[in-house]
Amino acid sequence: MSVPTATSAPVRPATSPPASGAAVSLRGITRRFGHKWALRGIELDVALGDLVVIQGHNGGGKSTLLRVIATAVHPTAGTGHVFGLDLRRDAAAIRESAALLGSNNGLYEDLSARENLQFAARMLGVADARTAIAAALEHVGLTSESDERVRFYSSGMQRRLALARLMLREPRLLLLDEPFNALDADGAELVNALIASTRGRGGAVLIVLHDDARLTQRPTASYTMTQGRLT
Amino acid sequence: MSAMAAWSRVRAIAAKDLVAERRAKANVVAVTAFGALTLLVFGFAVGPDTATLRATAAGILWLAVLFSGVLVFHRSYQLELEGGALETLLLYPGERWEIFAGKLLANLCVILLVEVVVIPLSLVLYSVAVPDTWPALLSVVLFGTIGFVTLGTFYAAMASRSRSRDVLLPLLLFPMLVPVLLAASEGSAALLVGDPMGDAGTWLRLLVVFDVIFVLASLFVFEHIIEA
Repeated sequence: MSVPTATSAPVRPATSPPASGAAVSLRGITRRFGHKWALRGIELDVALGDLVVIQGHNGGGKSTLLRVIATAVHPTAGTGHVFGLDLRRDAAAIRESAALLGSNNGLYEDLSARENLQFAARMLGVADARTAIAAALEHVGLTSESDERVRFYSSGMQRRLALARLMLREPRLLLLDEPFNALDADGAELVNALIASTRGRGGAVLIVLHDDARLTQRPTASYTMTQGRLT
Repeated sequence: MSAMAAWSRVRAIAAKDLVAERRAKANVVAVTAFGALTLLVFGFAVGPDTATLRATAAGILWLAVLFSGVLVFHRSYQLELEGGALETLLLYPGERWEIFAGKLLANLCVILLVEVVVIPLSLVLYSVAVPDTWPALLSVVLFGTIGFVTLGTFYAAMASRSRSRDVLLPLLLFPMLVPVLLAASEGSAALLVGDPMGDAGTWLRLLVVFDVIFVLASLFVFEHIIEA
């Protein structure tokens, strides 16, 4: 499917409060790494239920933007809110409701798939961890290989396991960085199902893609990111 | 409830690190062997004189633990850097100090395991008899190790994101370790060769004070270090 033509982000004064019901609200967000500006004055609103796609060339700042929203990286300047919570002050609270699937899978290679999920479940405080882990492994098709060390997994299996980790909870904001990487057709379906279920619960999804051909849902907004600017 | 959740996350991080360390058996074995080898090499450097060996035993023991520890601290964060796990770890709910506390706990277990081998070996190699005051010696070892591991875990986090982390960690850590190393080796030496002046108690109290300061300061500052 094709993504709608890139549209400009709505611009509001930097002092304006986050919109009511907004999942993400960024005003003038910048981020610098050394002398390089990764983000330059980002203005972005994502409403509950939205699916927002960000495309652009390598090094354009797409992943940095997701990392800022996920609170993995602090902005150099500007203000940002996720569900009305301040990106800087309320980072811990934001992490309770936002989940990021980064370009790296963030797995421990010396642990088995099950142990990786057990660790994630304990960190997330999942109530019935055993059931949730079994269901997640079943869902991504890794049950029979769940006791093997991740080191011996193919890149596609590792990506599936990273998806299973996302399924241990129900985040209200899903941030996906090239989620289809290394996945086969079945794996791509898992990503699309995850996006659909998050939106179905009233959550929002922000997704960074090079190629939107495997995205089956129509985005509510689509942007292009070039040299740290969102257009 | 929040304290219980925090403690659960601390234990989860420590358990995860220990399982990974157990899987990579070569690391623990290599670190312990390195500590033993350090004792041996220093022993040759000091010479065959028994009195000199005994007098230097405590200092050399702590140096062996220190050199072995640097390898353990490196490995502790290397686990997180492989496959981008550190970012995922930082994005779990909870406070940053919980990550530090979990890593501290795991590193403490590994270093104590190394000491279980290295300390008896040092007594044999340096012809030192087990003193009557061995409980006090164990206290010095324990509190010295806590201080050492706290600083090591903290500075390894600081160095972990640098490309020159292998060199940076000893450069940052060794100067900061001087008070702990001094108190631990002096306290141990006093107990191993006899303590007529009752110095060991003073060194032990000093170690406890260092530990309290270092642990609290590290827990407080870790957030700024790991997010830098």
